[in-house]
Amino acid sequence: MSVRALLIYMCLAAPAFGQGFAGLGTEADGFSVPQPGTAFNFPADHGPHPGYRIEWWYLTANLQAADGTDYGVQWTLFRSALAPVERSGWSSPQLWMGHAGLTTQAHQFVAERLARGGIGQAGVTAAPFAAWIDNWQMAGRALPEADALSALDLRAAGQAFSYELALDAKGPLVPQGVQGYSVKSEKGQASYYYSQPFYHVIGTLTLPAGAIAVSGQAWLDHEWSSQPLAEDQTGWDWFSLHFDSGEKMMGFRLRGGGAGFTSATWIGADGRPQPQAPGALRVTPLETAAVAGRSVPIRWRVQLPEKGVDVTTRALNPEAWMDTRFPYWEGPIRFEGTHAGRGYLEMTGYE
Amino acid sequence: MVWTGLTALLSHWRMRPVQLAMLLLGLSLATALWSAVQAINGEARASYDRAAAILGQDRLAQLVREDGARIDQQVFVRLRRAGWLVSPVIEGEMRFGDVRLRVLGIDPLTLPPQAQQVDIAAGDQLLPFITAPGVLYAAPETAARLTEQATPPVRVAEGLPPGTVLTDIGQAQVLLGAKDKISRLLLWPDQPIGRAPLKLIAPGLTLREPSETGDLARLTDSFHLNLTAFGFLAFAVGLFIVHSAIGLAFEQRRPVFRTLRALGLPARVLVLLLIAELLIFALLAGLVGVALGYIVASALLPDVAATLRGLYGADVPGTLSIRPAVWAAGLAIAVIGTLVAAAQSLWRLWHLPLLAAAQPRAWARASERALRAQGVAAMVLLLTAAGIAQFGSGLEAGFALLAALLLGAALALPLVLTGILHLGGRLARGPLAEWFWADTRQQLPGLSFALMALLLALAANVGVSTMVSSFRLTFIGWLDQRLSSELYVTARTEAEATAIHDWLAQRSDAVLPIWSIEGRVAGQPAAIYGVADHATYRDNWPILSAVPEVWDRIATGEGALINEQLARRQGLGLGDQITLPGGWRASIVGVYADYGNPIGQVIIGIDTLVQHYPDVSRLRYAIRIAPGKAEALARGLRAEFGLPAQNVIDQAGIKVFSLKVFERTFNVTAALNVLTLGVAGLAMFASLMTLSGMRLPQLAPVWAMGLTRRHLAWLELSRGLLLAALTMLAAVPVGIALAFVLLAVVNVEAFGWRLPMHLFPGDWARLAALALLAAGLAAAVPAWRLARLSPSDLLKVFAHER
Repeated sequence: MSVRALLIYMCLAAPAFGQGFAGLGTEADGFSVPQPGTAFNFPADHGPHPGYRIEWWYLTANLQAADGTDYGVQWTLFRSALAPVERSGWSSPQLWMGHAGLTTQAHQFVAERLARGGIGQAGVTAAPFAAWIDNWQMAGRALPEADALSALDLRAAGQAFSYELALDAKGPLVPQGVQGYSVKSEKGQASYYYSQPFYHVIGTLTLPAGAIAVSGQAWLDHEWSSQPLAEDQTGWDWFSLHFDSGEKMMGFRLRGGGAGFTSATWIGADGRPQPQAPGALRVTPLETAAVAGRSVPIRWRVQLPEKGVDVTTRALNPEAWMDTRFPYWEGPIRFEGTHAGRGYLEMTGYE
Repeated sequence: MVWTGLTALLSHWRMRPVQLAMLLLGLSLATALWSAVQAINGEARASYDRAAAILGQDRLAQLVREDGARIDQQVFVRLRRAGWLVSPVIEGEMRFGDVRLRVLGIDPLTLPPQAQQVDIAAGDQLLPFITAPGVLYAAPETAARLTEQATPPVRVAEGLPPGTVLTDIGQAQVLLGAKDKISRLLLWPDQPIGRAPLKLIAPGLTLREPSETGDLARLTDSFHLNLTAFGFLAFAVGLFIVHSAIGLAFEQRRPVFRTLRALGLPARVLVLLLIAELLIFALLAGLVGVALGYIVASALLPDVAATLRGLYGADVPGTLSIRPAVWAAGLAIAVIGTLVAAAQSLWRLWHLPLLAAAQPRAWARASERALRAQGVAAMVLLLTAAGIAQFGSGLEAGFALLAALLLGAALALPLVLTGILHLGGRLARGPLAEWFWADTRQQLPGLSFALMALLLALAANVGVSTMVSSFRLTFIGWLDQRLSSELYVTARTEAEATAIHDWLAQRSDAVLPIWSIEGRVAGQPAAIYGVADHATYRDNWPILSAVPEVWDRIATGEGALINEQLARRQGLGLGDQITLPGGWRASIVGVYADYGNPIGQVIIGIDTLVQHYPDVSRLRYAIRIAPGKAEALARGLRAEFGLPAQNVIDQAGIKVFSLKVFERTFNVTAALNVLTLGVAGLAMFASLMTLSGMRLPQLAPVWAMGLTRRHLAWLELSRGLLLAALTMLAAVPVGIALAFVLLAVVNVEAFGWRLPMHLFPGDWARLAALALLAAGLAAAVPAWRLARLSPSDLLKVFAHER
């Protein structure tokens, strides 16, 4: 899912910061570049990798209240390095950005935070695991022998909403791509990428109308890289699907340059990943809606013939617009067809 | 017909170019002085607004420490981690070479959008901004001053106040030597829900609401009101000239008006033509005036800027930017002023009887009726002034009092002069003397506006110079009392301060700490000083009123001394309680004079200060030593600790500096004073010149009776001198009244201190000489022309059909 790299670049390049940072091309000036065949080293790899330009911890949750009402929650911490080093104090070149979203059928609540590294306002530690920016945090409470990400407490608050969730993983970590080396284009751009898609969630959402007890499932991605996208790639559509059968699927399409580049990973109920060949996934927009003055697809046909998947997705709230420095669409979906279940959809680059 | 009418009207000015020049000059000068003052004020106000708006302080609430001290950076992180959307700012003064600057450090990532001052990371500039050596953003003027100094890279940013540089908070902490410290926190307007209470997370911080005007604008308000009052005075004096010039021109053109009307030009068209004529003049003179005003303002601005910096610590650029609004206003006021000055004449013209003869004497008699009305108006104004003096309060009331007093006195002048001239006439012996007095009285209406202008200028001069000289006398005496220590030293670090203290202990008579904090007392910024219990203070401190054993009570921590301005502004007196930063209270045991300082000041015992504010910066000391040894000790001190020259200052150095600030403060006043006097002199000149042309019918009979032209010219000259002398005599009491109002009302309201008045008759004599010289010069030209007049011109008076 290193496609989100573009997001952070564009976010930080948005008006408050002027016109973007240095060396956003193909060169990685001094930054490390992912290499195939590198094994993850946990718990250290749960923490930040300051030698890489970009990194994020990205959590999405499909939640339901006792009466069956659907909700979606997003919690993201981005790291963006101006230089491939870490220093203490204000001179740290590591910048942090948090996005929090809460989607109901009728409303989308959004908040955004920025912070400098080095002073304690934001950061990530590997063990015990903690990721935070301001009072938003994702704090590990796993037992010492378990994986540091297997149990998390999550919270965030905006002007009109807040949430507090407890997450417990019921399955293993899942490396994406080939052993965690996830290729992003035909030209070979790649990232390190693993997921924890097996969280069970309970917690409370606080909305203007009051507090709501919820439960459901969540998906965490951790990804880092330095040169994430090909130059002609203009945006992407990214899906994470929880099948009712217990299996999961991650798939994305990078648009631009003809048909675009698709990639998918099928995840068995036991957590075993089956990376699919580029192009095996087919996604087709079926219906668009006007969102924030743009035309954005809100119904999709998603096909993975290899696994007999042919489903149609529907957004819980077509207006799940993240009105942040660089705006994008991110919200919970339901799907039916050959399979049924819930998931999350992210779409960027629609003008 | 209309065109013919206009050319006929304008032909008058072709005949009398001097009169036209005077009209235009008077109007241009009046507009120039007015626009100059407005431009200066506008420049200063714009820079206060910039200062007040810097980092959005006019729109954002802030968290500050009650005692004004710096805050630990961890408090910022704690607040953020408790959900508070705050952004840290560090602020401090520092020197790059010989350029002193205010350094502002910000965190561009958490900065609220309202506080966005410069586009910090335009392009790829964020990394150089936040990493050593950092980047300084400065206004073009400030950046230019820094080119010669060793500084981090400087980038130009419009919209920053002068003397201020903006940089990253991390770099600013390094520059200011305040690692992990911040000055205050900007609060985002919209805060998320579920924040922990402020008291719990950051005890000791208080919320300061956004302030639109800022302390600077408030403090300097009185200064600008002063300038405005002067500008207005100058403008009023200028209008007197315009009024008399227009009045005379109208009077001289009565035959033309009559002829034009008789030829069938309707009164309405005639009035419109005259208005058009005036508008042309007003626009012409207004344009020249605005241009002149720009020159005057440019010349005065550096002094004003220096004054504001010295007196209020306000940074105002030394160069003028063109503000179209100011100049448009200058043009508008020229037009309005002309129309107001011409209103009376136009009114008369509208009602002009077609067949009335153009008799100057008739005009003069009509003026006598007007004189009575003027006398009533003068009485009303003077009574109003007395009423305001009795019951009014506030700076505006002070200026209203001044306006009523000056205008009343000016309006009363012709009445007083008429009285004196009547008296003179009664005492006169012989026909020539009687004619002289009577003729002088006859001339008075034509000259009265010029004389009123002269009175205003002279009275303002007497008043302001009395005020300034009184202030200077008091100020110098006060400096001697206040600066009784021989040397003042400022250490660079606390460790150095301790070392210096120990080093000095054996080498001097006493080492007295000068430690202070800044905070708010009664809602206004104030400084709180701690003093040691020492004879230096007991013997010398300029106390105005105090309870018995005041210094014992300060030493035991029981009481506090406050400066006069704080006492007056808050209505505090001996025995009252004040709340000091941090919330503790002290009782007032004394009030002392503190001239030249705009803000409130409180003095408590040094032990009390340290006890309540343990973080107080302990860098400054006053040193007592025999005056003869002071210089050697200063040298030793600099050598021993490697201190820069400006860190060890002797008493004389501070006095020189203080006096310089003082002198500059009144430079502008003095300049405006001279200019006003010049305008008044011009008014005299203009009036006498125009009158001289009309006077032939009155002089010719006297000449025909055997008086030589030479004799007549001398009489004309002495008449001018006599009127000027009488006006000067009248101006002295008015000036003293003005000085009294300035010292006892305006200064008290504006600065918070009341000064004793001293009289300087020598100054008046000098001014009188100057006034007589001006009047003599003004009268000399017409007199000289009279002396050279060809007898045939005088004869023509009799031949000419009147």
